[in-house]
Amino acid sequence: MRGWFRSIRDYRYFIISSIRSELVNQFARSRLGGLWIIVHPLVMVAIYAFVLSAVLSAKFSGIDSQYAYAIYLTSGILGWTLFSDVLTRCLGLFVGNADLLKKMVVPKIALPVITAGAGVINNLFLFLAILVIFALLGHGPSLHLLWLPVITAVLLVFALGLGLIAAVLNVFIRDVAQIVPIVLQFLFWFTPIVYPVDIIPADLRGLIGLNPLHPIISAYHDVLAYQQAPDLHALAITAAAGLGLVALGFWLVRQASAEMVDVL
Amino acid sequence: MTLLSVNSVSKSFREYASEWKRVASWFGLPFSPVAESVVLRDVSFRIGPGEAVGIVGQNGAGKSTLLKLITGTLVPSLGSIHVNGRIAAILELGMGFNPDLTGRQNVYHAASIMGFGHSEVDQVIHEIEAFAEIGGYFDEPMRVYSSGMQVRVAFAVATAWRPEVLIVDEALSVGDSYFQHKSFGRIREFQQKGTTLLIVSHDRASIQALCSRALLLEKGAIIKDGAPEEVMDFYNALIAEKENSSVEVRRLEDGRAQTSSGTGEARVEEIGLYNRDGVAVEHVKVGEPVELRVKVNIVREIPSLVLGFAIRDRLGQVIYGSNTYHTGQVIEPPETGRRYCFRINFPANLGVGSYSVVTALHSGDSHVGSNYEWRDIALVFDMVNTGKVTFQGCTWLDTTIDYD
Repeated sequence: MRGWFRSIRDYRYFIISSIRSELVNQFARSRLGGLWIIVHPLVMVAIYAFVLSAVLSAKFSGIDSQYAYAIYLTSGILGWTLFSDVLTRCLGLFVGNADLLKKMVVPKIALPVITAGAGVINNLFLFLAILVIFALLGHGPSLHLLWLPVITAVLLVFALGLGLIAAVLNVFIRDVAQIVPIVLQFLFWFTPIVYPVDIIPADLRGLIGLNPLHPIISAYHDVLAYQQAPDLHALAITAAAGLGLVALGFWLVRQASAEMVDVL
Repeated sequence: MTLLSVNSVSKSFREYASEWKRVASWFGLPFSPVAESVVLRDVSFRIGPGEAVGIVGQNGAGKSTLLKLITGTLVPSLGSIHVNGRIAAILELGMGFNPDLTGRQNVYHAASIMGFGHSEVDQVIHEIEAFAEIGGYFDEPMRVYSSGMQVRVAFAVATAWRPEVLIVDEALSVGDSYFQHKSFGRIREFQQKGTTLLIVSHDRASIQALCSRALLLEKGAIIKDGAPEEVMDFYNALIAEKENSSVEVRRLEDGRAQTSSGTGEARVEEIGLYNRDGVAVEHVKVGEPVELRVKVNIVREIPSLVLGFAIRDRLGQVIYGSNTYHTGQVIEPPETGRRYCFRINFPANLGVGSYSVVTALHSGDSHVGSNYEWRDIALVFDMVNTGKVTFQGCTWLDTTIDYD
């Protein structure tokens, strides 16, 4: 464990430089550059808001705005975007860096850190854009936003845990790269992001407790849309599950480490 | 002191019936690999500071795997590798270059992969820029670079700090000849300061020019470890080796090894160097006309006979070589059982020193097709300077100097 931390410290320049280089790749040679990072999720929000607001807008008693549904949707999408972004990037963590791993001695632990770093920076841009939009809609920021770093950290731990496991398996079993997007589709619709949780029939609502992503997304709803403190108890359970996944992920990386470059 | 020690290292790649079984085996489930292909077996050697070691071998002999094990990207299946100091490799030239970053930004990024920080690069960035010599392009995005410019920047970063062990791959043969000279110069400078060189190449000349020792890898094992000249001779014979042919190494009186190989249909029976009076000589004066006589016996029936010969210097570098294919004197078919005598006349315009003669008997334009006999160090002679002005180098050029 201490070895992992030491390699992160020794390779901090590599990590910072790689994150910068990833961001440059997104911006370079496109007219809108960095704007594309926020355009995709916002277009998604606009489409859902346009199609569903008439059906769902009456359901949000806690939000004091005529744009209640759009605000609810956007809050959830902020969290979801980071989760799916990190998980998707993780899939190519080792496979996409095959050349680097085959030719240079780079600590494998540095790669997920780069992924997380680039994901968080992108998410920060989206967050700032959302703050501006909320202000325009008359939904000003509240002090509860200070919870956001904590919620983001829990989400990152959870996403990286799943991502590391997927990344290792994907080196040996490439089907994983096809399975993960399908799982993400299911997860998106089984988590109350597009719809409010009370739309689910009461007898099925217990099932939602099994979805570890639900406490994270509803924490986003709490601090951004409802402007209240998140449910720390539920969040803690997901954080614990996330830490377990990260531990399993690291253990898999260590087990696979010797054979990984052989098959890349 | 040993800089690099490789202790009975073996590397095998494991294959499982299904990848799920491989994953299950990490969890301690009793699945064992169905096949193991051994790429390296029981390789051991030690290298001290300032040594330059060439690694030669045919494709698939395990050279790249060995280098990857030494750099640490692959993990040995058995045995261990110890390195005292930093390893740099010039085999990943241009690794991690991002085409949208400028040369300067890429230098910082590439250095970070090697573990160097921003402030450390700041101290040498001017040297790197000066060494690469690409002018204003240094601040342009790398996608507009020619491949030669990329190599220049890559080499300049890779060698910005002197490593304890430097691995040089075939990569050195890239770039224009001016930059090649420049990079060779830097490599030699590192070596003088104590850097150990590991050089992988098929090029006899660069191995013999740079290395003091060579290792020959064949089917994953080191089959020869010794002076570059001897190892390269053996390697050469190995390439030509075919069915029924044999490689034989004989120790000469002066300690040098004579390698001969071939299928044996034709054989050099006698070889000698004669002066104008027809007397066999071992010491030849610079500029003296001499005749190399080679007597060849045809043992079995063959379709054609070509005699090749080459004169090599003390380090084994070829000074001159040709064959009767190129001179249009192929004998086809030669009479079985007959003895042919070839007389090769030339003025010995060579520099002072010891030289050896190689002979080759084959059917076509080179010995790679069919090799009846290849004989290294078939003859040794010394050049002495008695009548000419004192000069340096391996050739006598009859120069005149005027001044006013």
